[in-house]
Amino acid sequence: MAAEAGPLAQFAIKPLIPIHIGSINASYTNSAAFMTLAVVLVSALILFSTRSASLVPSRWQSVSELAYEFIANMVRDNAGQEGMQYFPFVFTLFTFVLMGNLLGLIPYAFTFTSHIIVTFALAAVIFIGVTLIGIVRHGIGFLKLFAPHGVPIWLLPLLVPIELLSYCIRPFTLSFRLFINMMVGHMLLAIVAGFAVTFGIFAIFPVAVDAALILLELLVACLQAFVFTILTCIYLHDALHLH
Amino acid sequence: MDVSSAKMIGAGLAAIALAGAGVGIGLIFSSLINALARNPAANVTGPAYIGFALAEATGLFGLGIAFYILLIA
Repeated sequence: MAAEAGPLAQFAIKPLIPIHIGSINASYTNSAAFMTLAVVLVSALILFSTRSASLVPSRWQSVSELAYEFIANMVRDNAGQEGMQYFPFVFTLFTFVLMGNLLGLIPYAFTFTSHIIVTFALAAVIFIGVTLIGIVRHGIGFLKLFAPHGVPIWLLPLLVPIELLSYCIRPFTLSFRLFINMMVGHMLLAIVAGFAVTFGIFAIFPVAVDAALILLELLVACLQAFVFTILTCIYLHDALHLH
Repeated sequence: MDVSSAKMIGAGLAAIALAGAGVGIGLIFSSLINALARNPAANVTGPAYIGFALAEATGLFGLGIAFYILLIA
């Protein structure tokens, strides 16, 4: 997809520091810069707010504690107590995706979750990790995941391929859901903003619509990060408990 | 018919899938409003937003195909 002018230009990846190792282009791009910014912001929030760890939390410490409790409850409710050993990963995943989505709402900023390669890398790691957790934990009994308990034997030749397909499709739907929500949201904002140029005297209407759409995009940013994380917890539950 | 016109028609046809997304989201929030009207203390708002995200995603899968037809293939 060439970086044409218009609604697609905002997704162009620009190398900020060109680094070429042989034939590999390992440049530090604007996508990498925003990923770094997301990690730095979240780390700074957690580290500096919990510096003077007081029993009665200050305002900033409450923010970190609320985030911790929110994800801890999500992991415990959806993946059980054994899932809590994967809590650091789930917390990192949630804050990374949430900060990535939110940073994209700043005008002229870059949304690194609006590229399928980024979300697919995340979803592939989650899928392979969760499958390996299931195989290491249950051995060959992991295949019982595809033959649910209490299914009549004549139904199995129909049910097992369907269950297998719906399992193998998980990384694709997980990644595509986040990617398409982010890309369509930002493309819609750019298209409506383009109308403001052509409407002339009535430009206030597209701008007002854009303002309302940014509120919707704020909801979608937080919601899609939440859905990405809760589906990860559900897939983890399937691997740990096989039902 | 040249390729770019066919691409536009294909993208337009694929975008009809968003009707399903609209119906799905309407169903979810209609049952949310019904549930809250019967029992305002029920905390079903969380699952309602999860359901909204999943229904919206299915509609956007169709829009993704529309963009693929229009811009990539």
